[in-house]
Amino acid sequence: MNGSRAASLTVAWRFSALRVEGFPWIPTAILGTIALVAIFANVLAPYNPEVGVLGDRFRPPAWQAGGSEAHLLGTDHVGRDVLSRLIFGARVSMVVGFTAVIVAGILGTVLGILSGYLGGWVDQVIMRVTDTWLALPALTFAIFLAAVVGPSEMNIVIILGAVYWTRYARVIRGEVLSLRERDFVRLAIVAGCSKKTIMRRHILPNVLNSAIVLGTLMLGVVIVTEAALSFLGVGVPPPKPAWGLMLADGKKGLMAGYWWLTVLPGLCIMLMVLSANLLGDWLRVKLDPQLRQL
Amino acid sequence: MSPLLEVSGLCTQYVSARGTRVTRAVDDVSFTLEAGRTLGIVGESGSGKTTLALTLMRLLPPAARIAGGSVRFGGEELLTKPEREMRAIRGKRLAMILQDPMASLNPLFTVGDQIAETLRAHESTPRRAAWKRAGELLAAVNIAAPLRRVGEYPHQLSGGMRQRVVGAIGISCGPQLLIADEPTTSLDVTIQAQYLKLLGDIQRERGLAMIFITHNLGIVARMCDQVAVMYAGRLVEAGPVRSIFNEPAHPYTRALIESIPKFGDATERLTAIEGQPPDPAALPPGCAFHPRCPYVIDRCRAEAPPESQLARQHHARCWVAAPATVGAARG
Amino acid sequence: MTPLLEARGLTKHFTVGRSFLGQSGGVVRAVDDVAFSIEPGRTLGVVGESGCGKTTTAKLVLRLEKPTAGQILFANQDVATLEGEGLRAYRKSVQAVFQDPFASLNPRMRVDSIIAEPLITHERLDAPAVAARVAKLLDVVGLPARSRELFPHEFSGGQRQRIAIARALALSPRLVVLDEPVSALDVSIRAQILNLLRDLQRELGLAYLFIAHDLAAVAHMSHVIAVMYLGRIVEIGEALRVATAPQHPYTQALFAAALPAHPDERRDEAVLMGEVPSPLNPPPGCRFHPRCPKVMPVCSQEEPKLKLAEGRQVACHLF
Repeated sequence: MNGSRAASLTVAWRFSALRVEGFPWIPTAILGTIALVAIFANVLAPYNPEVGVLGDRFRPPAWQAGGSEAHLLGTDHVGRDVLSRLIFGARVSMVVGFTAVIVAGILGTVLGILSGYLGGWVDQVIMRVTDTWLALPALTFAIFLAAVVGPSEMNIVIILGAVYWTRYARVIRGEVLSLRERDFVRLAIVAGCSKKTIMRRHILPNVLNSAIVLGTLMLGVVIVTEAALSFLGVGVPPPKPAWGLMLADGKKGLMAGYWWLTVLPGLCIMLMVLSANLLGDWLRVKLDPQLRQL
Repeated sequence: MSPLLEVSGLCTQYVSARGTRVTRAVDDVSFTLEAGRTLGIVGESGSGKTTLALTLMRLLPPAARIAGGSVRFGGEELLTKPEREMRAIRGKRLAMILQDPMASLNPLFTVGDQIAETLRAHESTPRRAAWKRAGELLAAVNIAAPLRRVGEYPHQLSGGMRQRVVGAIGISCGPQLLIADEPTTSLDVTIQAQYLKLLGDIQRERGLAMIFITHNLGIVARMCDQVAVMYAGRLVEAGPVRSIFNEPAHPYTRALIESIPKFGDATERLTAIEGQPPDPAALPPGCAFHPRCPYVIDRCRAEAPPESQLARQHHARCWVAAPATVGAARG
Repeated sequence: MTPLLEARGLTKHFTVGRSFLGQSGGVVRAVDDVAFSIEPGRTLGVVGESGCGKTTTAKLVLRLEKPTAGQILFANQDVATLEGEGLRAYRKSVQAVFQDPFASLNPRMRVDSIIAEPLITHERLDAPAVAARVAKLLDVVGLPARSRELFPHEFSGGQRQRIAIARALALSPRLVVLDEPVSALDVSIRAQILNLLRDLQRELGLAYLFIAHDLAAVAHMSHVIAVMYLGRIVEIGEALRVATAPQHPYTQALFAAALPAHPDERRDEAVLMGEVPSPLNPPPGCRFHPRCPKVMPVCSQEEPKLKLAEGRQVACHLF
């Protein structure tokens, strides 16, 4: 192979110059912390997030005047402890976020592989469905579905999966189209492998990287959508704490200066999405610098 | 008369990201080239030949650094020149053409634009005159209907034609030295023959000196007056082309020449070199070729041989083929 | 002796693009009425430049494409009509090694799985039997036994090509299609691989379809050489004869254009002019006539057929 060593060394250098080799400790730590908080919510949260003491409404966070140590981050409009709601909200976001991403991922990857490898009418059908799906704005579509099936945590996961699988399918299909022409796939045909075997043994493992990267990037999108749905009242139903729902409720108090009811959940959403994106970006370059579609 | 290009003790290294690993891509390389002559630099992957070419042009990537030596071109030292002055030399007096014409040409600009770009950069030719010159250059590289082709885009041309356009850009400002890095690897056999003939004609007409960087000894046999063989960053043998082909001294050179299949020779087993070319980042101690050498002796494993003169202008680095270290001279 | 594989009137046309109103665009006549045969244990070398159809021919032999017309006969059966058991038997008998050692192996599979894949697809062997076969194959191609646990990226180009060869041999095929098997390898490694291929041919009685653009390598490895130009065979005959005394003007130009092995062999003769035309619009009559130094009026009107001349088949009006 005459590929210039100079060229490959240049590429390696450029990556190090961008410090891509540096593992993104902070985003991963943030996501890890959120995950741990979600898992151990029962233990960590000082109060029941769904029950409030009406007499204790609108308490500001502990460091402000009027705040108390009892409620470190204050209380909301029905007296529920904000910290506890944030902690349990992490669970909702994580569960919904991850599950939706996995559902969308599996569905999208499988259909993407079938579409890309089999071609023909299978491809046509799946692509037309994808096109139609993608033409609908995700949020509107999600709202519509939520209105139809009714809000519940399970339904939200299904809805988000149903809305977002198309992004996977598109990207994976593109990868499969080029993988299909690679010599080792041709040689598998020459060796006599069935289409099913080839898709399972040769195509799937080689698109897994892209699927994982796409997953981390979609995590952010999914969580924001979930928050939007909750904000609009068609997401996770109250009194279950969800960060988006907290935003919606807290909106009313903005004018009165109850900033902690919106800023804090907003901050949580932002941190989670940002971390997921940064991790996804790093993964993308690390696993395969040639992922064009992303 | 002093040679056009004099390279002495050139060393180029690649440094890893954290500065921990140093790869010696070009190690103590010296050679000279007279005006109008052709040098072939032969080597395989990891030999350092492309790095050598980039070093001469001062086009190294940021990870590389020139660790020593000198490159005198037309009497001037190139390694210490500021970038501003190098820009004036590159493309004008010292030109380079690369292997893949599709990568060398910008798909978004016409062929004429790209030739004109070089002219306008170096000779401040006004637009219309540059365009006209571009047409003339296309004719000089034997492209049919040059005035039409001048307005076409790279994808509209065949591979052979694209490579000729690249050649036209290379010679556009009348360089004294043209470095060609694997210029025909992507071309078909008959197109390659046309292209090499073209390069030979251009060289004769313009008194151009050329350096061919290649892994193909056939190109060297066809085009070159002198040969330099590189292995693992070092110049293991250099000399006039007939001397090298008739009496190759270094075992690597010998094995390369013998491993080429020859016509009418269908029954003989090819002489193969065992093993693989070494990883430049992990070179064996002593002579880098020793793990693969059929004539290896103990000294080869311990010490890297210096250059030894074998005959007029023919020298090699080998304890076995050129043991005399007294009077070792730079060819 | 009956040939192992025979191509008769083999033709493959690709339709390219459709214009707006659904009318068909051009037709690429990639392979046009090609005939050859491969004897057991012998090598047919195919040479030609871009667009000559040699890669398409390989794909047709490997049943990666179906012919538009004509047949490929293997053990007297038309390969294109094989199904089920017949197709499986064919796949066991005909394997391939491709050019790019970095693309031929699934980067996510271990070497033992790669080599064993044809075995487990066709035969019901238990794990120890498969492992034993893999170990033997690694030995045959000269790779150390511990290679089986490693992944492709841990090997050099030449070593990967050996893995590809080991895999191709897994089912003891009768014919191996070699599509530019050494072009992507370092020069010092090519001889090793070519020697290996020749040794294997001698020991295992393999037949090869050897496709390459390196004329000397093809001449060295082949018993019969076929020269293709724009989808047709212009000359076909015993390798030594075709290589040392080519008769068709294109073959002559091709071998004359080959690089010399020594500076004293430099030829500065007239070089073949013109570009290789596109297989979309082959010239009328003899496809080579626009570039032929010996062109005659009949050449632009009538396509010459292969006929026996000087001990080989040539398609040229000079004969």
